[in-house]
Amino acid sequence: MLVHHFLENSASRLPDKTALICGEERLTYKRINTLADSLATGLMGLGLNRQDRVVIFLDNSIESVISVFGILKAGAIFIVLNPAMKPKKLNYILRDSGARVLISHRNKARIIRESLTDLPNLEHIVWVDKVPVVEKSASSRISHYLWYEVLAQEKPFNLSPFSFSLTSRSRCIDIDLATIIYTSGSTGDPKGVMSAHYNVVAAATSITQYLENIEDDIIMNCLPLSFDYGLYQVLMAFLFGGTVVLEKSFVYPVKILQRIGEERVTGLPIVPTMAAILLQMDKLSRFELSSLRYISNTAAALPVAHIERLQELFPNVRIYSMYGLTECKRVSYLPPEELSRRPESVGIAMPNCEVFVVNEKGEEVGPGEVGELVVRGSNVMQGYWNAPEETARTFRPGRYRGETLLYTGDLFKKDEEGFLYFVARKDDLIKTKGERVSPKEIENAISEIEGVAEVAVIGVPDDVLGQAIKAFVVPRDGIGLDEDRIKRYCTENLEPFMVPKYIEFNKYLPKSPSGKIDKKRLKKEGTLGQER
Amino acid sequence: MSDLRERIRAFVIENFLFGNDDGLSDESSFLEEGIIDSTGILELVSFLEEEFGITVEDEELIPENLDSINNVVSYLAKKLGS
Repeated sequence: MLVHHFLENSASRLPDKTALICGEERLTYKRINTLADSLATGLMGLGLNRQDRVVIFLDNSIESVISVFGILKAGAIFIVLNPAMKPKKLNYILRDSGARVLISHRNKARIIRESLTDLPNLEHIVWVDKVPVVEKSASSRISHYLWYEVLAQEKPFNLSPFSFSLTSRSRCIDIDLATIIYTSGSTGDPKGVMSAHYNVVAAATSITQYLENIEDDIIMNCLPLSFDYGLYQVLMAFLFGGTVVLEKSFVYPVKILQRIGEERVTGLPIVPTMAAILLQMDKLSRFELSSLRYISNTAAALPVAHIERLQELFPNVRIYSMYGLTECKRVSYLPPEELSRRPESVGIAMPNCEVFVVNEKGEEVGPGEVGELVVRGSNVMQGYWNAPEETARTFRPGRYRGETLLYTGDLFKKDEEGFLYFVARKDDLIKTKGERVSPKEIENAISEIEGVAEVAVIGVPDDVLGQAIKAFVVPRDGIGLDEDRIKRYCTENLEPFMVPKYIEFNKYLPKSPSGKIDKKRLKKEGTLGQER
Repeated sequence: MSDLRERIRAFVIENFLFGNDDGLSDESSFLEEGIIDSTGILELVSFLEEEFGITVEDEELIPENLDSINNVVSYLAKKLGS
């Protein structure tokens, strides 16, 4: 099975069922399938080949969903990027992925204009818009198209009738890549996690199995499709023939709560920050939320107090605490009936997936002992795009011939009954607002500011964010730096969730004997050598 | 009115754009332009409550009231007038 078969199967089984609700628009499975076919035809008409990369840089929208499936139907690989991404990172990913086509919207034109330098592979930009975007400069070798032009193209002009057919033959098999999901890496540059079709099919099948999803489920998704958790809400709903209510974000929680009532939503995937925001609202009970069947949480652990209050507020809702990482999508879930007994646990391995907690020598450790979590299963992805060394460090050979195990870099322990507990990261990646953030990426940005001699970034505990980002900055002698200047630079160059909440100016930073900044000490002591 | 507008504008520029008002028009959607995220909206609400002595009800946390400088100005005018 291939990922776009999720859509095709549901379109043939439930053609007139509403698959996607986005604002005022409601699309049936048949309609989405037809539009995705048209996009695939148009993309192939532009010369897109099997396994070429196409970047989707859009807010959550009808078009972002159609793009995902249209690209797959063309045999190509989709890459969804965070709609708040800034030019430098966009440029990096366009270059790293070697994308030939970019699909975006006019509201991103400024960001795109600033990101187009030195991209030898990028040939086409498809603008989701009704009027031409003024980007058509004669000097550029990039050609620009409008969404409807690409979809209206009946036959690919440079392919013979025999070389393609969307319905009679698939251009891919299931070991081909379906998507590359970019995530923060410890080096500061984002890494692209390569997912083959069979990986996505395995993960989606397993997750929908333990969530007990049925055709009548209606999922509220306000997470960006660039985040695998958001993307899979759409993929999984299309797998089981459900309905997705797609929202751009959780910025206006009241709107989301109203939509849950209006659309009789049954599944609400959240991250801890959303739970914190919901729990801050005083009159939650006024909303009509009786249709909710389950709430799932991942990205970081929910504080136990929040779990308890959520369960109090929604006594009949099944709450799933889950754990995963992009490199294998999902690892574990806590069966809701266990929630009151072991609220801190992220549960057991999901169906068709196996986990071990191992010591430095790779030997499995006993209950209560801390070690690295290792994952085995068809959901273990194919490694990092263009990064064989990083891939070899994380994706390692297993006990049996030919198998690959994922070393998560997360420290875990198991209890006597085998339930998993997250302990810490091995590296210093930060989890904030449900996003995995590389301190290095923020440090690199701050180092570019004139007058910064040294900088170290850590995560500090925060009730709403999970972890808040704190930057320790050492200014050059005699240079006055202020907090606004640093935050402004970060805002201009990093996605909003990476902008430090706290900036502390110091005369020096603690160092280890080898001269590296001692982040453990920074975390422990919080502040030191402060200037003001 | 213009005073309201200036105070709101100044708050947004100072707290979310850290002084860089490049391209921020009175109609710019905070959400679509990525100016304010889900925690930012809570900061905006506390500012409105403290600065103007109003109470923002949960059901008023909607884009029509809060998603641009214009929307905030007309929302505030309504709240302060009533």
